[in-house]
Amino acid sequence: MSKKVLRTLALLLLVATLAVWVATGANRGWTKTSVPVTRTDEVTGITVDDYQKRFVPGIDFLGAALLGSGILAGASFLFRTKQPQS
Amino acid sequence: MTNQTIHMKTKVHFLLALACLSSAALAAPQSFDFKDPKGVNNATFKLDAPLEALNGNATGISGTVTFDPADPAATKGKIVVATASLHVGNSMQQQHMLSDKWLDAAKYPEIVFEAKELKNLKTDGDATTADVSGAFTLKGISKEMTVPVKLTYLKDKLGQRVPKLKGDLLVIRANFTIKRSDFGIMPGQMEEKVSDAIELTLSIAGASPR
Repeated sequence: MSKKVLRTLALLLLVATLAVWVATGANRGWTKTSVPVTRTDEVTGITVDDYQKRFVPGIDFLGAALLGSGILAGASFLFRTKQPQS
Repeated sequence: MTNQTIHMKTKVHFLLALACLSSAALAAPQSFDFKDPKGVNNATFKLDAPLEALNGNATGISGTVTFDPADPAATKGKIVVATASLHVGNSMQQQHMLSDKWLDAAKYPEIVFEAKELKNLKTDGDATTADVSGAFTLKGISKEMTVPVKLTYLKDKLGQRVPKLKGDLLVIRANFTIKRSDFGIMPGQMEEKVSDAIELTLSIAGASPR
């Protein structure tokens, strides 16, 4: 695997994660696996949050992607640049 | 005394007796069941944390409360929350919360509040506010507490929630704060990550069918 491929993968991972994070509402809290949907009982006036399964990535998700991207980019430095033959 | 007068007097006595009986029946304490078929009854909780407050709710609520609209001070009862019904938005946090380190839901399946006495009552129409004293039990530890509550008596409203049933509803709302350290939940630990104080809100309705 070449240096260029690793760096491209790192960039793709970072951009894709950022895109997913923004598209799902840019949640600045922890990642959620279910979200509350509020319902009100008309007779009693009581409101309740029903939790529906939905993945909403948070800051920890971004952090993990940043770490993965950093590892990939860092690994690319292990490859030597081919010196042009004189 | 004529026969007509005697007959009239008997009728009046009968009506008076009937009125006394019905008012006695109306004034009798009613038992309200808080197992809600609509799944609306809930208790919410909130703990402050650095990045984002940890909050969620519990809907596994049951229990009975005896309430007399003519004498709200005599209210007594027990509300039970199934520990396993506590829910937060992050599945990993939920696993931790129900684990033996935190609530230990397997060993302590119920969170209970048993109301024993009401004080400082103020009634305005169908709504009564009061301070209720009782025992709050969490993770097997019971503490005597006094909690402000609002009781709203909804006469003949059961049919609007559950068709074909006649009866009354009693709505109970309460907001109070407890300390997890008082109930042996990681006392003195991880307070930099999750606060010691837990804000609790109870919003429940009980039914008393006739």
